[in-house]
Amino acid sequence: MSRFESTVLPHMDAAYNLARWLTGNDHDAQDLAQESTLRAYRFFGTFRDGDSRAWLLKIVRNTCYTWLKKNRARETFDEFDEELHSADNPLAGGEIVLRNSDRNVFNSALEELPPEFREMIVLHELEGLSYKEIAEIAEIPIGTVMSRLARARERLRENLARRIKRGITT
Amino acid sequence: MNCDEARILIHGHSDGELETTQEREIEMHIQSCPNCARVLQNISNQREAIVEGATYFKASPVLKRRIQAALPRQQQVPVPLLEIGRPWRSAVQAFVAIVCVLALTWSVVKLETISTETDRIGEEVVASHVRSLMATHLTDVASTDQHTVKPWFNGKVDFSPSVVDLASEGFPLIGGRLDYIDRRPVAVLIYQRRQHFINLFIWPVDGKADQAPAARTYRGYHVVHWTQSAFDFWAVSDLNQKELEDLTQLLWAPKKH
Repeated sequence: MSRFESTVLPHMDAAYNLARWLTGNDHDAQDLAQESTLRAYRFFGTFRDGDSRAWLLKIVRNTCYTWLKKNRARETFDEFDEELHSADNPLAGGEIVLRNSDRNVFNSALEELPPEFREMIVLHELEGLSYKEIAEIAEIPIGTVMSRLARARERLRENLARRIKRGITT
Repeated sequence: MNCDEARILIHGHSDGELETTQEREIEMHIQSCPNCARVLQNISNQREAIVEGATYFKASPVLKRRIQAALPRQQQVPVPLLEIGRPWRSAVQAFVAIVCVLALTWSVVKLETISTETDRIGEEVVASHVRSLMATHLTDVASTDQHTVKPWFNGKVDFSPSVVDLASEGFPLIGGRLDYIDRRPVAVLIYQRRQHFINLFIWPVDGKADQAPAARTYRGYHVVHWTQSAFDFWAVSDLNQKELEDLTQLLWAPKKH
């Protein structure tokens, strides 16, 4: 087994999961995961020993954003708003109670976030990465990871609350 | 600190990512502010709900095979050629060759000085961890029951490793495996955290003094090594360092019940 295979191939689930969440569909996610891995192979000479998962995910993210700009231009860059300007913190509300039949609500509430917020939740909560690793992947300062994750969680909470209120679960 | 200042920091606090000073300030604020205490509770509830409720999409075996097959056959990573005019080419090539030889000599010398016994075993342990995940040979005995896993090692290794299930702490035991490290058979316990697997390698080291956990990183994998009661322990995972250290703390200093 080559060094590339033992270093990069164990992270295929992480690569696909990020691509799947950024593209929103299986077909494009598969293509982008493959394209990213081949790109990683070409640039493997520039990989210095370190966090190979973060290194690969950075390539996956770049590949996906190029794809998003081409295919989803409107969705991507309109509504991304970094600032916390609403007066009330949605996270200060009462408990959100979910029924069993509401399980899909999490996926759809997360899909509804702009990609810049969605990826924070995916990388932190689903992938279990640290702020430092996410900063490396998204090429932003660690402080921005914290504020973007904060904003993402607040908006996710708004989405969840709205969906449950309207009784929409998909 | 007021609620506005706490609004972002409270997330860093909830994720265990703050430095000591900030940590102290936010803790003081939360203790005196029921509103922010509720925000903190909601953050952790929502995180748990998302981890449970949102889908982690795994790559299918078909996709994994397709990607592996798409890799170029030759195993060397291509190096871009320098585009240089002819008259200069041989001079530049000679220069590059000399630099390469010097760099290689230097790195060999350096490697020899830093590659201690510990590093060698660390590399071996990581290689074994990677193999266990790639070859779908993670467990020889798949069981979440410590009373099944422990006796399974009887007769397979000449020692009896202590086996604890840490499901209640968020690290369920999923099985055990035999492996071969440092020219001897060793016991491996496999724990899981969300999508991540942690391989815990255990073997006896007679007469070796206890040694507190020390973290290292090899090829992007976090590795923690410690020695306790004449056993060597190596925990390896692609889990983030903090959570791997949480697990280490549970194993190194088990709670007294």
